[in-house]
Amino acid sequence: MKKQSLVVIGNGMAPGRMLEHLIEQNHAFDITIFNAEPRVNYNRLMLSYVLDGNKSYEDIITHTDEWYQQNAITLHKSAPVTDIDTDNKTVCSSNGVSCDYDKLVIATGSSPFVLPLPGKNLDGVLTYRDLDDVETMLSVASESREQSKTLRAVVIGGGLLGLEAAAGLLNQGMLVSVLHLVDTLMEKQLDPSAGWLLAEEFTRRGVDVYTGVQSEAITDNGNGAVAGVQLADGRIIDADLVVMAVGIRPSTALAQQAGINVERGIVVDDHMQTSLADIYALGECAQHNGDVYGLVAPLYVMAKVLADNLIGQPSTYAGSITATRLKVDGVSLYSAGDFSDSPDSEEIVLRDASAGIYKRLVLKDNKIAGAVLYGETSDGPWFFDMLKRGVDISDLRDTLIFGQSFQGGSALNPSEAVAALPDNAEICGCNGICKGTIVAAIDNGSTTLDGVRAVTKASSSCGTCTGLVEQILTFKLGSEYQPAAVTPVCPCTDYGHDDVRRLIRLKSLRSIPEVMQQLQWKTSCGCAKCRPALNYYLVCEYPSDYKDDYQSRFINERAHANIQKDGTYSIVPRMWGGETSSLQLRTIADVVDKYNIPTVKVTGGQRIDMLGIQKEDLIHVWRDLGKAGFVSGHAYAKGLRTVKTCVGTDWCRFGTQDSTGLGIKIEKFMWGSWTPAKVKMAVSGCPRNCAEATCKDVGVICVDSGYEIHFAGAAGLDIKGTEVLGHSDNEDEVIEIIAALLQMYREQGHYLERIYKWARRVGFDEVKAQIMEDTDKREEYFNRFMQSQKVAQIDPWAERVSGTHDHEFNNITPLPVKSEAPLRLVQ
Amino acid sequence: MSMSEQSVQWYELGPVSSIPLRGSRRVVINDQTIGLFRTATDKVFAIDDQCPHKKGPLSEGIVHDNCVTCPLHNWVISLEDGKAQGADEGCVNTYPVKIEGEQLRIGVALCNKQELATVGD
Repeated sequence: MKKQSLVVIGNGMAPGRMLEHLIEQNHAFDITIFNAEPRVNYNRLMLSYVLDGNKSYEDIITHTDEWYQQNAITLHKSAPVTDIDTDNKTVCSSNGVSCDYDKLVIATGSSPFVLPLPGKNLDGVLTYRDLDDVETMLSVASESREQSKTLRAVVIGGGLLGLEAAAGLLNQGMLVSVLHLVDTLMEKQLDPSAGWLLAEEFTRRGVDVYTGVQSEAITDNGNGAVAGVQLADGRIIDADLVVMAVGIRPSTALAQQAGINVERGIVVDDHMQTSLADIYALGECAQHNGDVYGLVAPLYVMAKVLADNLIGQPSTYAGSITATRLKVDGVSLYSAGDFSDSPDSEEIVLRDASAGIYKRLVLKDNKIAGAVLYGETSDGPWFFDMLKRGVDISDLRDTLIFGQSFQGGSALNPSEAVAALPDNAEICGCNGICKGTIVAAIDNGSTTLDGVRAVTKASSSCGTCTGLVEQILTFKLGSEYQPAAVTPVCPCTDYGHDDVRRLIRLKSLRSIPEVMQQLQWKTSCGCAKCRPALNYYLVCEYPSDYKDDYQSRFINERAHANIQKDGTYSIVPRMWGGETSSLQLRTIADVVDKYNIPTVKVTGGQRIDMLGIQKEDLIHVWRDLGKAGFVSGHAYAKGLRTVKTCVGTDWCRFGTQDSTGLGIKIEKFMWGSWTPAKVKMAVSGCPRNCAEATCKDVGVICVDSGYEIHFAGAAGLDIKGTEVLGHSDNEDEVIEIIAALLQMYREQGHYLERIYKWARRVGFDEVKAQIMEDTDKREEYFNRFMQSQKVAQIDPWAERVSGTHDHEFNNITPLPVKSEAPLRLVQ
Repeated sequence: MSMSEQSVQWYELGPVSSIPLRGSRRVVINDQTIGLFRTATDKVFAIDDQCPHKKGPLSEGIVHDNCVTCPLHNWVISLEDGKAQGADEGCVNTYPVKIEGEQLRIGVALCNKQELATVGD
C-alpha cells in the first residue's frame, strides 16, 4: 500500500517537535517540509544567546541535514508555499515545487509587526525574529567595535523580545536605548512595580529606558541609512541601528487564501484541525479557543497532540496557562497567569527593597490566579504548579508569599522545597519535563546534571531550570551529589581546576595516568576536556622533565596549524613585532603560488595568514618558509600569539619610545611559552595608542617618562579595557615585569581561562601587589619563567620538517589482500 | 557489522604500531577516507572519517576510552558502533578490522561487480 503523504508548511520549533514525536512513534507517512528560511530547524529561543555572544548558530541547530536524511524526510529550503489547492489536495511553492498531500499541517508561525513609521525601510532598521536579524545586529555591533566610535542602537518595544535584544546589543558593546509605548516595561507579563524594578536594573546597566513614549518617525542620515528615532514630543534619539520588537502577528495569509477559517490566527479545534478536513494548524499561527500563543511550552504541547492525532491516537489540546522568564543574565523575573486587578481578586505582596525583591500573588476564590516574582524567583514553579492545579490555598494563606520552603516551619533549605513538589510539577518549561521524569532518571542511575540532561532533556534548552534540576539531584542523592560549588574540570572528576593543580603539586604527580589514578578519575583515560588541561598543568609544573603528552593536545597544537571547517589548515608564520621585509613577502608569495594556497589574509595581529592548505602539504610549506627564516607564529597555541606594535620613534612624529623595537624584544623573549589560554600583547609608542594596547592581555603604552604596563584587557566575546599594572622607566624591567606576570598567570590560571578572567578571579590588586610591590616575589616568578623558557623555544615547524611526528602528516597506504578475495565472479 | 564475509574485501594496513596509542591515522579506500583509531587499551577501530554533525575529520580528534571527540564542535562518537554519544544524534559507518600477528587489516564492502573482477584477477 502506498504511504500517506504528510506535508508540513513551515519548519520552526513546533513542527520540528511534532516530527520528533511522529518518529518516536514509528509513523507511516511520506513527509515533506517546506521551509521559507534557507536552513534547517534551529532553536529560536536561543537567538538571545547568539546575540549576546554566548552561543553560535551551530550550537542552536535542532535538526541537521543528516537528521532529515536519516529519517527520510524531504526538506525544501528557501521554498515558501504560495498556494494550497484544497480541491486537488496539493500545495506549491514559490520556486515551483508542488506536492500532493493526504494530510497537511500549516505551521507558518508568525511574523514580526513592523510599525508603519516614515523611514521604516531605511538601512539599519530591522526586526528581531530570525537568524538573519541577529546576524545583521552582530555585524553592526562588530563594526562598532572596530571603529573607534561606539555605535548606538535603539530598540522600539520594551517587551520580552525587545529587552532581550537590548541586553544582547549592550553586551556587544553598543550604546542602547529602549523606547516603550506604555509606562510599564513588559506590561503583558509584569505589574507596574515589577516593571519599574526592571527599568531600574536596565538603567543601572547603562541602557537608556524611555517609557510612555511614542515613536513618530525614523530619520534619514542623508545616505539612505537610519540616523535616529523621532518621538511624538519632538525629541530625537540618535541611532545607527533600530530594532523593532513591538510584537508578532500570526502568519495566516496562506490559510485565508485557501478558504480556511481565520480570525486572529488559524482557528483550530481541540484536535488541532482547521475548518477543513485533513488540514491542521500548529504553533504561533494557530488560534485555539480564542487564544494565540507565542511561547514555546504551549507549542510543544500542541505538537504532541497533533502528532498523536495524525497517527490515529485521538488526543485533545485543552489550552495552556503560560509562565514567562526573561532570558537576560543576572535578571531574575518570573510571571504566570493573570495578575490584572479586578473587583473579585485579592493580592499578597512582599517587598524587600534592599535586596531588590518584589513578589506579588493574585488570588481569586482562594486559588492562585497569577504570580509576579522579581529578584528571587525560585518559588515560581511552585506557585505556577498550584495555579495550574487550582489548589485551594486557604490553609497556607498567611505564609504563602514566603514560598514553599517556609511552609511547615521547616528550615529554609531549597532542596526540601523541591522535595515537596508533586511528581507532575513541571520543572523544565521548555521541554515540558516534570519532576517525576527527572526523579525516574535519577533512580535509573543518572547521578549528574549532564546525565539527567542526556536522558530527559530537562534544562537543555534555555537552561534557566538548571538550579532546580540540581536541587532534585541533591534531594535524591543527598551528600553523594555535590551541587557544584566548585565547577568540576569535566564530568570525569569532581575536582575543580584549582584542586587539581594544588594536588598535582602537593602529591608531586608527574603524568596524566598518575593524576587520574591518584585523584580517582571516573573514566579510564579522561576526555577531550580534561586531558588537554592536565597536560598543560603538568607542562607548567615540571617544564624540564615532563614529557608532553602529544595525544592530549587538540589537533591544532598537534598539527601546529589551525584546522578549518573543511579539514584543511591555515598557517601564520611569525613576523616579529609585525615588521616584515621584501624577502619575507617574496617567500610567502612563492609559497602561495607553489602550493596553490587559495586564500591569503592579513590578520588582526599584524601578520599574514595562509588558508586552505592540505595537511599533507604542511611540512613542505614549512620547509620552504623555514629557508627564509620564518618560524611558527603559534597562531593555534594556548600560548603567546602576537606582539602588535606601532612604529614609534623610528618614524612617528608623536612617538616617545622605540615601540617596535620593544615589541620585537618582548616577542623574542616570550615566544614558545605555553599558557592556560592564548596571550596577545601590544606596544604603542604614545598614548594615542595606535597598536590598541589597552584591550590586550598585556599592553605597553610608551610615554615620555618610560613605559606604562597594562594587563587584563579583552576584545573578543567580552570587551574590557586593560587595568594599569604599573610604570617603569627601562625596557629590561618592563620585560621582567611582563615575564613575571605571565608566569603568575601560567601557575594560577585555569586551562582556557584568559588573563582578564583569571585576574578578575584572583583580584587585580592582588596581581599588582605580587608583581609590582613585592619585588622578591616578582623575581621568583621571573626565574621560574626563565627556567621554563630554556626548553620551550624550539620552533615546532623546523622540528616537524626534520621528521618529528611524521605519522601525523601521512596517510596509511592500503594493500588489497588477494588471498582473501571473496568471490570469483570473473567470467 | 552485519555485512556478510562474502561481500568484504580485506586490505593490509601495515603494523598496528604505526598508529599511536590513544591516536589515529587515516587511510583512503575507494575514495572513502576512513579513520583508524587505537585506544589506550590497544583496541583498534575503523570508522568513516566524517562527523555526522558537520563532516569534521574525526581522525583529528582526541581519543578517550572507546570514543573520539570531533575537533570541530566536540561531538563525541563511539568507535565501537559509530553512534554519537549523549544528546546528539547521528551515526557513522564502522568497518571490521583484524590483527594478524602485528599486521592490521580492514574489511571494506565491495560496491559492484566490476571491482570484484579487478580484485579477483
